[in-house]
Amino acid sequence: MTRRVAVTGIGIVAPGGIGTPAFWDLLAHGRTATRGITFFDPSQLRSRIAAECDFDPAAHGLDAEQAERADRYIQFALVAGDEAVRDSGLDLAREDPWRIAVSVGTAVGGTTRLENDYVLVSHGGERWDVDHERARPQLHRAFSPSTAASAVAERFGAQGPVQTVSTGCTSGLDAVGYAFHTVQEGRADICIAGASDSPISPITMACFDAIKATSPNNDDPAHASKPFDNNRDGFVMGEGGAVLVLEELEHARARGAHVYCEFGGYATFGNAYHMTGLTKEGLEMARAISTALDQARLDPTAIDYVNAHGSGTRQNDRHETAAVKRALGQHAYDTPMSSIKSMVGHSLGAIGAIELVACVLALAEQAVPPTANYETPDPECDLDYVPRTARERKLTSVLSVGSGFGGFQSAVILTRPRE
Amino acid sequence: MSEPQDRRAAVTGIGVVAPNGISTDTFWKATHEGLSVLDRVTREGCERLPLKVAGEVRAFDAADTIEERFLVQTDRFTHYAMAAADFALTDARLGQADTDQSPYSIGVVTAAGSGGGEFGQRELQRLWGKGSRFVGPYQSIAWFYAASTGQVSIRRGFKGPCSVVASDEAGGLDALAHAARAVRRGTDAIVAGSTEAPLAPYSVVCQLGYEELSREGEPGRAYRPFTKDACGFVPAEGGAMLVVEAADAARERGADIRAYVAGHAATFTGASRWAESRAGLAQAIRQALAEAECAPEEVDVVFADALGVPAADRAEALAIADALGAHGTRVPVTAPKTGTGRGYCAAPVLDTAAAVLAMEHGLIPPTPNVHDVCHDLDLVTGRARVGEPRTALVLSRGLMGSNSALVLRHPSAR
Repeated sequence: MTRRVAVTGIGIVAPGGIGTPAFWDLLAHGRTATRGITFFDPSQLRSRIAAECDFDPAAHGLDAEQAERADRYIQFALVAGDEAVRDSGLDLAREDPWRIAVSVGTAVGGTTRLENDYVLVSHGGERWDVDHERARPQLHRAFSPSTAASAVAERFGAQGPVQTVSTGCTSGLDAVGYAFHTVQEGRADICIAGASDSPISPITMACFDAIKATSPNNDDPAHASKPFDNNRDGFVMGEGGAVLVLEELEHARARGAHVYCEFGGYATFGNAYHMTGLTKEGLEMARAISTALDQARLDPTAIDYVNAHGSGTRQNDRHETAAVKRALGQHAYDTPMSSIKSMVGHSLGAIGAIELVACVLALAEQAVPPTANYETPDPECDLDYVPRTARERKLTSVLSVGSGFGGFQSAVILTRPRE
Repeated sequence: MSEPQDRRAAVTGIGVVAPNGISTDTFWKATHEGLSVLDRVTREGCERLPLKVAGEVRAFDAADTIEERFLVQTDRFTHYAMAAADFALTDARLGQADTDQSPYSIGVVTAAGSGGGEFGQRELQRLWGKGSRFVGPYQSIAWFYAASTGQVSIRRGFKGPCSVVASDEAGGLDALAHAARAVRRGTDAIVAGSTEAPLAPYSVVCQLGYEELSREGEPGRAYRPFTKDACGFVPAEGGAMLVVEAADAARERGADIRAYVAGHAATFTGASRWAESRAGLAQAIRQALAEAECAPEEVDVVFADALGVPAADRAEALAIADALGAHGTRVPVTAPKTGTGRGYCAAPVLDTAAAVLAMEHGLIPPTPNVHDVCHDLDLVTGRARVGEPRTALVLSRGLMGSNSALVLRHPSAR
C-alpha cells in the first residue's frame, strides 16, 4: 500500500514577514516588500531593487557563534526549520534519528560569502592568482553546496538521508518533491524539507542585469513586481527561506498531530529547449501538472487554486498561462491563479518552498492570496489572476508550479486531508 | 501487457572523462593497471597556493566534441558532463536522433559539489575589476549547480525527469540512486552521474579550509588512505555519466545490461565527525544490502570511500566489519581513486563505473600508491586481482557529513 505524506509543520523567513503569521498577514493584505537595495551600493546596476528580509539572527534564536558559522541563507533555513518543527509538535529527540531525513533546496547557496571573500583574495578583482592568506575561516562552508542541509540536519538530529537539491528556480519545489518521495517510498518517516537563498549580492544582481531578466523600475520599487500585468518588465530579486515538515500520514495520526494537508503529487520535466528561454506552448509544464494530478488521482477540475511561478517576465507569464490552460482545460478560466512574487519578489531557489508554505496557509485560511500590482491585462494572459486583493474561497486542492533556468518545469499538488 | 514489467534499474552505458582516461577503455586500462596520474597542479593561477598535487584532466579538448555555442556558455565542469554523457549514450546506443523514442522517456540527473568555479571566477573578476556591465550574459547559467543537467537535457533533447543533487561526495551515489528510482517509477532511462572541475584558483582557495585536504607535494605520497602515512585526500576533476535504464526498456531495444543498481541507502552523521561516520556508513551498507536483498557474504568487492584521514579510514574499516561481519575482513576492498584523486561528487560515480567494469572483466583493480595497510582490511594493492565479482558495494562519504552505499549486481548474479 502506498504511504501517504502529510504536511504537519511550516516555518518561514520571507521579506516583509518572518514567521508564518506575519507572512500570511502580508499576503492577505496584498502588501509588497520590494524596495531599493540597502545591502550594498547598487548604483552600478540596471536593476537596483529587491525584496530584502529585515532579519536579525539574534532575535530568532541564533547565537553569535551560530550566526558567524552560518551564511545568511543557512540562517534562514535554521530559523524557518525551528518554526516548522515547533509547529509540527514533534519531539524529534523521541524519534528514530535514522528515520528523519532532510531535503534543502538552494539555487546559488553560498554565493554571497564566496563573492565577499573573492574580493579580499583577489585584491578587488585585480588578480587571477588569488591570495589565499586573505581568505576567512568558513569559506569552505560557502563553497560546499550541502552546508545548509548539513546544518539543518545537525540542528534537528536527523541521521537519515540528507540531501540538497539545486535545480535553479525550481529548487524549492524539487527539494520538497524529493522529500515527498523520500517519505512516500519509505526511506524516512519524517523529512524536514524546504529551501533557502540569499542572492541579493552584486554578482547575482549583475548576472541577471546582463540578460535583462530583472525589473529596472527603480523609481517605484513597491510596484515593480507586476506578474501577468501588461506593463511588467522583469522579476524583482528576493531572498528568504521556508521549511515544511513532511511526515508519513499514519505516523502523524498516531501521535495526534495537526495535519495541514496531504502531499498529493509531484512531477518535474525538462523542456530541452533553452537554458533561459521558454516556449509559448508550455507543453512540459502542462505535462508536469497532468502527471502530478494523476498521482493525486485528481481530475483537473478538482484544482481550486493555482499558485503561479508568475515571475513577471513576459515569456514566463505567457508560457505559464498556456501550460495551465493546456493542463486544466476550460477549468483554468474558473480557477484563481496568483503570484506571490508580486509581494515577496523572486528568491530563486527558495521561492518554490515559500510558495508551498503560502499554499499550505491558503488551504488553512481558505483564502487565495492576490497578485499585487496587477492593473493592466495582457491579452495573451487571460486567466483570473486575483488582482490586488485576497479572496475567500473554499479550497480543497491547490497546485503550485515552477519554472527554472535549465528548462526545469515542476508541479506540486497539496490537498486537504481526506476523511 | 503481455508479460510482467521488469522495472529494475540497469546500467547500460558508461561515459568517462577522468584524469586517467578520456574514454571508458583508457580509463579502465589505467585503472586495472593501477596507474597513478596524480601530479603537481599546473592550472594557471594556482602556482603559489598550498595545494600542490591534484588529479587534473589533461589531453581533453572540449572543442573536439562540443559545439561552440554550448562551449561559450558553459564552465569546464559542464564540458566534462556533456562529453561524458555523449560517451555514455553512444556506449548504450541510446538517444540517437533516428529513433522514435519519446523525449519524455529519458531524463538527466547530475550531482554537483563545486559548480562552475572557473567561469564564475572570471566573471567575478570582470565585475570587481572592471564593473558590473562587464559581466557576461552566461554567468547566470554557467556557474550554478544545475548547469550540467540543463545543458545535457537541452543538447540531447531529453525532457524526462531532470534533477540535480548539489552535495558533498556521497551525492554522486545519491544521484545514481535517484536515477534508479525514477526508472522504477516509470521513466525508461536517466543519464546520471557527476563531473566536477574544482581546480580554478579561487575554487582551490575555498577548499583549503577542508582540514582533510592533503597538502603533500610529492604525488606518490599525497593520497594514501588506510596507511599510517595517510595525510588527507587529493582533489580531482572530471567524472563519469552512466545510462541507468529500465531492464525491460533495455531488453526491448536489444541493449546489453551491464549491471543492476540493486540497492542504495544514505545516512548523515555530521560534518567531519569521522568517528561517528562508522555507525552511519554501517547503517547505509545494511540498508542498501537489504534493499538489494543481498546477504553480506554475497558482496564480492568493496569500493571504499578511502578519505585518507586516519580517523576516517579507521571508521570505514570498522563500518565494513560492522556491516559485513567476518566477511568484512575477507572481502577484497579497493580504492582506485588513489590514482586519480577524489573528484568530489564525481569520485563515487567513477568508482561505480570501475565496479561495473571490474565485474565485466573479472578483475579487481588495485589501490595505487598504497602499500602498508594498517587496518584489518583485505585492500587490493599492487596488481589487479583476478576474480569473478558478481556483487559490488560502492561506498562514499562527504565532507559535510553524508554517508552513502550502493549495491551493484552483475546480470549473472543470482
